[in-house]
Amino acid sequence: MSKEWPLWEVFIRSQHGLAHKHVGSLHAPDDEMAINNARDVYTRRNEGVGIWVVRAADIVSSSPGDKGALFEPANNKVYRHPTFFPMPQEVKNL
Amino acid sequence: MSDKATYVRRLGDNALILSQRLCEWCGKGPALEEDMALTNVALDLIGQARLWLSYAAELEGAGQDENQLAFSRDAHLFNNLLLVEQPNGNYADTLVRQFYFDLWHYFLLKELTQSSDARIADIALKSIKEVTYHVRRSGDLIVRLGDGTELSHRMVQTAVDQLWMYSGEMFSSDAVDESMTQAGIAPQTDLLRTQWLQQVQEILTEAGLQMPPADAWMQSGGKQGKHSEHLGYLLAEMQFLQRTYPGASW
Repeated sequence: MSKEWPLWEVFIRSQHGLAHKHVGSLHAPDDEMAINNARDVYTRRNEGVGIWVVRAADIVSSSPGDKGALFEPANNKVYRHPTFFPMPQEVKNL
Repeated sequence: MSDKATYVRRLGDNALILSQRLCEWCGKGPALEEDMALTNVALDLIGQARLWLSYAAELEGAGQDENQLAFSRDAHLFNNLLLVEQPNGNYADTLVRQFYFDLWHYFLLKELTQSSDARIADIALKSIKEVTYHVRRSGDLIVRLGDGTELSHRMVQTAVDQLWMYSGEMFSSDAVDESMTQAGIAPQTDLLRTQWLQQVQEILTEAGLQMPPADAWMQSGGKQGKHSEHLGYLLAEMQFLQRTYPGASW
């Protein structure tokens, strides 16, 4: 058994209707203690109504080296943004 | 002092002294997460101590407030259980002390929410939400460590055995307890004892630990102000500032 507890990423839902948001990480030996520890470390000031914890090792992330290939093509497609299209004066509150 | 004032003061002193003990772990916990969890418990307890002691001060009617009760009384005027003043020892000692206390605290507060005294019922109702978490956490850790490695098992078993003689005082009954029970203010202590023993047995069994005999000889005296030497040292540290600079505030 490794001496160090595995790393977990913590996501807190701050209120109903909002999405869980990443708030930080912690160490814990298993899922139950990860939830307990998340409660003790990240919700001390009434921050949340829900907690998710995910083992950091189980998160698949994009590689920083792929930045160009993944994100740059979107840069020259301005028509994907709604602001690209002029709206007629008559259409309000859009 | 009325029996009710003494009874409420005992409740406040338990929370205050145990909180101070737990604070000694601040910055020294075995892991950051544990350190914060334990000091969270300490914070909950100090909040509860304030509620109880300010009510005790009102009942005593001697013109003192909760701060004066906490910081200017000598050891023999404290009415906490001997269990809560026991030194932190190693982490197993701290957790077993907490486990014994939390379970009793939980069953007691549950009954106190039905107290005939509305103020006591209110404080109990507010506190029990916090204590429900405490009891879950300490029971969980006892099972993990009892059922953990050979070393953790041995350390928890030793702590279970050594602290056992301080568990009986939680269920001892003196004239104050009896008059509170008769007035419908507090539950019968033997009712709590049955619940407590049953739950301790269940959790220790799950942890693979041996429960010491229920009829073992028990220490007593804390509730009446007869304390172990440890309380004096604890108070010296806790009260130093207010005694040196009376009334100092932030």
